[in-house]
Amino acid sequence: MTDKELHISKIENGTVIDHIKAGQCLNVLALLGIDGSDEESVSVVMNFSSSTVGSKDIVKVQNRELNQDELDVLSLISPNVTINIISNYEVSLKHRVQRPEYVVGVLNCPNRNCITNAKEPIESKFNVKDEVISCEYCGTHIEDVTQHLL
Amino acid sequence: MRECLITTKGLSREEIVEVLDHAEEIEKNPTAHYGSQSGKIIGLLFYEPSTRTRMSFEAAIKRLGGDSISMGPVENSSVAKGETLADTVRVVAGYVDAIVLRHPKEGAAKMASGFIDVPLINAGDGAGQHPTQTLLDLYTIRKSAKLDGLNIGVMGDLKYGRTVHSLAHAITKFDSQLNFISPKGLQLPDNVKYDLEKSGTEIYEYTELDDILSTLDILYVTRIQRERFPDEEEYRKVSGQYRINKKTLENAPKHLKIMHPLPRMEEISPEIDETKHAIYIEQAHNGVAVRMALLDLMLKS
Repeated sequence: MTDKELHISKIENGTVIDHIKAGQCLNVLALLGIDGSDEESVSVVMNFSSSTVGSKDIVKVQNRELNQDELDVLSLISPNVTINIISNYEVSLKHRVQRPEYVVGVLNCPNRNCITNAKEPIESKFNVKDEVISCEYCGTHIEDVTQHLL
Repeated sequence: MRECLITTKGLSREEIVEVLDHAEEIEKNPTAHYGSQSGKIIGLLFYEPSTRTRMSFEAAIKRLGGDSISMGPVENSSVAKGETLADTVRVVAGYVDAIVLRHPKEGAAKMASGFIDVPLINAGDGAGQHPTQTLLDLYTIRKSAKLDGLNIGVMGDLKYGRTVHSLAHAITKFDSQLNFISPKGLQLPDNVKYDLEKSGTEIYEYTELDDILSTLDILYVTRIQRERFPDEEEYRKVSGQYRINKKTLENAPKHLKIMHPLPRMEEISPEIDETKHAIYIEQAHNGVAVRMALLDLMLKS
């Protein structure tokens, strides 16, 4: 692919999240808590045509190296994403995400009577290691995580 | 014995039997256990009304030689000023050797236990769990029959009934069959069903008691609450179908035992009280021995 074909330019330093399930890049940003309020420059490509996976989304975050724990959360909505850590325009590290056992402070519990929705000093916690995603406090299941992102 | 009792989901069969065996010892020879927890104080934090659970915990600790202190009604406590549960339990944990908590929110006991170092017992968290009720239910079932090889019917509000959720999880540790009888809309929640199925339990659901009554050994009845229905007429219609009287029991096996966590409203007619089927008052009485056993085991460890 030549630079002319690139939809967004290379970044000097930062993180490229590739092979995001098409249409999920905004949820990726939400999961990572990236909302433009910080100083990092963020580029987003939606429905990029890929010869290997059909359509995909890509997110590039400049000058920020996201850590593994932050990125593993992405497995909830797009298990096949690949992470490229970029240093001086080169890929210095490439890895996949792994599904964590729990996610904390990422999802809100749909049960309005759950203690995590009361004014208490705790963050939500969901067990995501089983085939269902369940609130660690009240046991309520979540089917579509994208509907319950905090 | 574990440090906190939050749900019956994680309790093993051995842990349940340990409590029931100890309760049996206590019931056979109560004076032998008087004073075994002398000097120990439990804190009763009840954010919702309670008669049996609160009083039987008080009786239990006093019979063990200990004492209890209570937050009293919510409206007279710091809760009325907006104090969080997390702060309240952290403060009270410094006054007592164990906390017994009832709270209207699901997951409250689980959260509270994460803030303190003393044992915490869940005495009911919203529509979640009520594990000590289950222990006394199991004790009552074992006294009247056994815990394996039974056909158990659970009837009423299965969606919001915390005693049902705790009992259902606990019964999966034994080789008994569970049958759930409820109106549509008040069936077991999906997450409880999922857990039961995952543990290998087959779930049998009915809307009519008559479809299963003649095969039951135990019928566990719970209250259908008025507030779960949009209007009075619908409530009357549905609750009327789930009432037990002598006529309802015409086809019931003679050995059938009827249980209820109480308080009952109209689900069980008073005419049943004098029959051999009724064991719900004895069930409530068993709360003292079982809670004595639980406190004794938890405070010792």
